[in-house]
Amino acid sequence: MAAHASEVHHHAPPEGFLWKYIFSKDHKVIGIQYYLLAVVAVFTGMFLSLLMRIHLFWPNAHIPGMDGDFTPEKYLALMTMHGTIMVFMVLTTAPQAGFGNYFLPIQIGAADMAFPTLNMMSFWTTFISFACLIAAFFVEGGAPISGWTAYSPLSTLGSISGPGEGLGQTMWIISIAFFCAASLMGAINFITTLIDLRARGLTMMRLPLTCWAWFITAILSLLAFGVLLAAGILMLLDRLAGTSFFIPGGLVVSGVQQTGHTGGSPLLWQHLFWFFGHPEVYIAIVPGMGAASHVLSTFARKPVFGYRAMVYAMSAIGILGFMVWGHHMFVSGMSPYTGFAFSLMTMAIGVPSAIKTFNWLGTLWGGQIRFTAAMLYAIGFVTLFVSGGLSGLFLAQPSVDLYLHNTYFVPAHFHLVMGVAAIFGMFTGTYLWFPKVTGRKLNETLGKLHFWITLPGTYAIFMPMHWLGLAGAPRRYADSTAVSYLPALQPIQWFISIAAFITISAQILFLFNLIWSLKFGEKADENPWQATTLEWTIPSPPPFDNFGGHEPSVYRGPYEYGVPGYVDDYLPQHVEPGKLATGSA
Amino acid sequence: MPGAPVIDEIEIPPSDRGSGGSSSAEPPRGYGGGDGRGGDGEGSPFPRSASSRRVYYTGIWLALAAILMFFMALVSAYLVRKGSGGDWRAIALPRVLWLNTAVLILSSLALEASHRAWEREQAAVFRAWWATATALGLFFLAGQYVAWRELAAAGVYLATNPSSSFFYLFTAAHALHLAGGLAALLYVLSRDWMRLRATAGVAAEVAGIYWHFMDGLWVFLLLVLTLGR
Repeated sequence: MAAHASEVHHHAPPEGFLWKYIFSKDHKVIGIQYYLLAVVAVFTGMFLSLLMRIHLFWPNAHIPGMDGDFTPEKYLALMTMHGTIMVFMVLTTAPQAGFGNYFLPIQIGAADMAFPTLNMMSFWTTFISFACLIAAFFVEGGAPISGWTAYSPLSTLGSISGPGEGLGQTMWIISIAFFCAASLMGAINFITTLIDLRARGLTMMRLPLTCWAWFITAILSLLAFGVLLAAGILMLLDRLAGTSFFIPGGLVVSGVQQTGHTGGSPLLWQHLFWFFGHPEVYIAIVPGMGAASHVLSTFARKPVFGYRAMVYAMSAIGILGFMVWGHHMFVSGMSPYTGFAFSLMTMAIGVPSAIKTFNWLGTLWGGQIRFTAAMLYAIGFVTLFVSGGLSGLFLAQPSVDLYLHNTYFVPAHFHLVMGVAAIFGMFTGTYLWFPKVTGRKLNETLGKLHFWITLPGTYAIFMPMHWLGLAGAPRRYADSTAVSYLPALQPIQWFISIAAFITISAQILFLFNLIWSLKFGEKADENPWQATTLEWTIPSPPPFDNFGGHEPSVYRGPYEYGVPGYVDDYLPQHVEPGKLATGSA
Repeated sequence: MPGAPVIDEIEIPPSDRGSGGSSSAEPPRGYGGGDGRGGDGEGSPFPRSASSRRVYYTGIWLALAAILMFFMALVSAYLVRKGSGGDWRAIALPRVLWLNTAVLILSSLALEASHRAWEREQAAVFRAWWATATALGLFFLAGQYVAWRELAAAGVYLATNPSSSFFYLFTAAHALHLAGGLAALLYVLSRDWMRLRATAGVAAEVAGIYWHFMDGLWVFLLLVLTLGR
């Protein structure tokens, strides 16, 4: 052990603020950078949704800062930016690149990621992407209006198709291209680290489920983001170089005949986009599944029910995720046979999802549950995944989707199942790991208060949207009072807006808790939750090289809680079998 | 490249030569197993130096998977776009492409010859073949430029027709990736033999994997462009 310990580390801690905190190659600093980026992004995105909800509540109100009338185009710009910021800059960064960067190397007993320099480049490319996206607000015409899916030809014809479709949309595509490059770098790093740098004795089936989740997510990223990059380049060429990949001929926009384009296929963009886009929703949610499994087991003081089944189910969800992109396009005129195939594959995802849900409940069953804030959020994650997932079975059927497509039913579905569920995954991760990162616990009382406002608030926002959708209210409408059959539904819009105001306000509690606990939180030792995995074997916060130049050895699986015949109710992964105190507690 | 052990003492600080050397007696590739993990772990020193080299092989194959997905997306777009719209007009591919292709294949062969010289520890021969491969790679890029000029001279530009759009896109995207490989080849060439053997052997091997892949990718793209015309 000692003979080769010095080989493990080739890099010394960096000196100076710039290299320590800005251009750091330390996976822990990069993880925090990603997390903070996501926090800034999530509050930005939430602010945009607040503006939208205010507008839907009072369609004729003047909102300070929104100069002139609140046109439908401005609403679309807010919606586009809300979606893009949330999906890319929040749901794809924090759960994977944030938590994963910080904890994957530590949980597998490594000193750092496989390629620290690449890791740093990956973060700063993401940062450029974020800056580029936000800059779209401030260019001529403002932010794009074509939604986070950027369907052609709205997104390809330039400013003729609306404000924001000029330079704003171009900025959007460039931002996405940077994001693709960053995600690919990150994915290569994650997979390599997990394959090659695991500690001695840490077999694949002894990995914490968080690591499995990051591994599967990284594989999805590796295979999906290259496709989006290719599609983005085609779109950029259509916009800037006069090609016709996605632009059909003979279009008349605002009464003006468009010339110079022939024969392009808007559906081609949709296929390429959703081939990326569907795996993307699993990129957002799978890390949350890992975190929820991890936390449920830790605070139920029981092993994860059906560990192997959990691994296989997550893998199956990942594989099936590449075969279902067509369910986003049921109304695009696709052949009914194709639609049937996509529908069948989509509903097949219900099987591994049900296995996971069953196992989460099985993990809780008969456990000695500790209702910490982290645990509450993990349970909240399970409820959101179930309630949001069930409506997916409705949308997965082409005949039902024909009616529900582009209604409020769709945002209701995906906000619950991949939006807020993934956010709950981040909350559970934050409450669990904050002590490890900072050396202090988050305030539990504030955390529970935060949870008990956020969970009912989330349901109050998104459950009524299902009814709006079933009543036929279309999504993306800036003013629902302007259409003859919608004003009757306006009270539901009011209800949703009020719920949104309250839920969004409650997030200030979380932000306050983060900042307050950093200084005044209860001090945490190296293992405040009596947990088993390797991150709890090193000081809080961890030193620069994690394990002090030594490589830990692993002797058992990650969730050995409540094993009969031992004094403690948890058996850490790194303790040798003979050194555990036996007997009854 | 296949199954060929590269060199032993890579990325091992001088002070660790002893222990490092013994643990890296196994094939450096590490894919064949025998890396000592997964067992009880007692006694057998974990070959960290082998794993620190192995990450570069894992990393390059993953990068190639991502690059392959990128080009597959372009190729599927090519096939879909050709079938839709009815405005597809096949362009005459410049003949110089065939010469370029031959040059690129020769470049791969030269790299392979260089690899064999490496195993026989013939420094001069290694460098000569490596330089040849690099020069042929540059020659290929110049040839692709000639092909573009030829097409432009015939009035075929990026936006002329979807077929020409895809031709420029395929060749430019490939050339960009190849230029990255060329930078890697030049990097290896800039190292002197002793330092290369001590520290940068992985760089030579990884650059080689990438270069051969770019060669195969070009042949594939050319087949798509000719047969799918």
